[in-house]
Amino acid sequence: MADETTPPPSPEASAPPAAEAKKEAPKKVEAADASAHPWVESIRAAVPEAVLSAKEFVRQITVTVAREKIRDVARHLKDREDFRYCVDVTAVDWKQRKPRFEVVYHFYSFSKNDRIRIKCGVDEGEEVPSIATLYLAANWPERETYDMFGIRFAGHPDLQRILTWEGFHGHPLRKDFPVEGIDTGAAIYPEEWPEGGGPSPNDPNRKVVS
Amino acid sequence: MTDEKRLTEAEKQEADYFARRMTEGGLTRPTAGAVAEPSKPPTLFDVQEMELNFGPQHPSTHGVLRLVLKVDGEKIISARPDIGYLHRGTEKLFETETYPMGIPHTDRMDYVAAATNNHAFCLTVEKLLGVEIPRRAQLVRVILDELQRLSSHLVWLGTSGIDLGAVTPFWYAFREREQILDFFEEYCGARLTLNCMRIGGLPFDLTPGWVARLLEFVDDLPSRINEYEELLTDNRIWKRRTVDVGVISAEECIEYGLTGPILRGSGVAWDLRRAVPYECYDELDFVIPTRQNGDTYDRYIVRVQEMRQSARIIRQCLDRLEEGEIRGKVPRVIKPPAEEVYASIESPKGELGFYCVSNGSNRPYRMHCRPPSFINLQALPRLAKGHLISDLVALIGTIDIVLGEVDR
Repeated sequence: MADETTPPPSPEASAPPAAEAKKEAPKKVEAADASAHPWVESIRAAVPEAVLSAKEFVRQITVTVAREKIRDVARHLKDREDFRYCVDVTAVDWKQRKPRFEVVYHFYSFSKNDRIRIKCGVDEGEEVPSIATLYLAANWPERETYDMFGIRFAGHPDLQRILTWEGFHGHPLRKDFPVEGIDTGAAIYPEEWPEGGGPSPNDPNRKVVS
Repeated sequence: MTDEKRLTEAEKQEADYFARRMTEGGLTRPTAGAVAEPSKPPTLFDVQEMELNFGPQHPSTHGVLRLVLKVDGEKIISARPDIGYLHRGTEKLFETETYPMGIPHTDRMDYVAAATNNHAFCLTVEKLLGVEIPRRAQLVRVILDELQRLSSHLVWLGTSGIDLGAVTPFWYAFREREQILDFFEEYCGARLTLNCMRIGGLPFDLTPGWVARLLEFVDDLPSRINEYEELLTDNRIWKRRTVDVGVISAEECIEYGLTGPILRGSGVAWDLRRAVPYECYDELDFVIPTRQNGDTYDRYIVRVQEMRQSARIIRQCLDRLEEGEIRGKVPRVIKPPAEEVYASIESPKGELGFYCVSNGSNRPYRMHCRPPSFINLQALPRLAKGHLISDLVALIGTIDIVLGEVDR
């Protein structure tokens, strides 16, 4: 067991290429197209029409996949490519873009000793298939993403707010949520405030509680 | 609760004695069938399952962790952590301030290990910028990291000892922690919220005499660690409270995303300092301590061994220390390219990572933290199931959570 999960004790696989990349271009580092990378090829072969784009930046592979296919891609990565450790799930709010949000997954493989980043776009009102039953580690990060961005994960066993309290209005990490916070009265007396947040940021009578 | 094979003869006799006394004194719990007789109405004491709130002000929860327990007598049927009491929106604050202004916020996440948080944050931005860190800065960063690991493990050792009734190790552990905090205070003026790293290097050079005093401290440290081990390692009470409590296998650890001493206590020799070396860890000689059983006792042993290794690493770094620059070539206004990057380090609790998305401006568009405590706490319901309430205290201690990092 220990042998199987222990990464090969050869630092030459990871350390020197990073140093090389730095020496090559210390000032200008640009993302390169990575659609020919073996992992990307493997995803493309296993889950057709899933890969939308792939890029490489400072030796980190980012693959953008279709939202509906994320569970299949994750299953393929876990079972076939040995990415057994789900490092993190989070999201980015691109306010002007369409789709508005990007859900970002990081997976790590002990045998490859490398990470892969999978992204999928999701718009407001759309749901992302949950991978929480596939990777138990994704349970809380998905809840946090729901809490902070309001992105719903379909099939999550317990999709509730985790950092803010039940009954809190709004999703704090959205770009349109005020940094100063909202009037907590919105949560305590929801009947006085409209659904989806406290009073408008332009309201001169707005009480700020932070 | 205890494994026959791992107890000595004397401990086995003691266990038998207590079991006999429990039965003779009529202290055994009645079986489920014998409790509720159909003729009389059930009273409060007949209820098999009840809900119990544990925390958020309970001292053993190390902060403000609330657990909603379903218990049958003393036995835990299920535990549901309720977190967020310390949520301050750190990730939102990162977005509103420039890159260097984000560093002090990281101090307030894992507040017993501020240096490692600073390090992970700076490393992420440096990776985005492609900055080369000078050799001296790398070595001092590693020294600060390992000092912080020592101090974090000492806090863990002292407090989880107290949780299980061992008050004495606390005083020993905090004696050394005090010295470490003095080193930090001399270096950067702060003891807890250090803010001791900058993007591209370090804010200050070392003060005169610091290195010599640290060398003295590090040389003395193994004998101090022997003192803690004398108090706990073969302590019969400590062993009975920790051996075979909260066993988790290596596969499950990976499934739950557990990292750090928990993963190593289950037999996986995985440490980011060795797997994905950052700074100058690849040239340093140290061992990744592992144990096979994956229980609370093994995680204790792993952490104590890690402290010995940290002392070794610090000594090696001090030997290699040479004069030189402490900051790399970083522009005055930090405007990284519009890209995204993830970088992580081995914090005392596990993998601490930052995911940074830049849009080319002087503020991060999105800065996400992957906190080890938050992810590790997920496994608490799994660990606690079937144990007694008093073991829950041992389990919260063994995960080594800091609620500032869980809630951010």
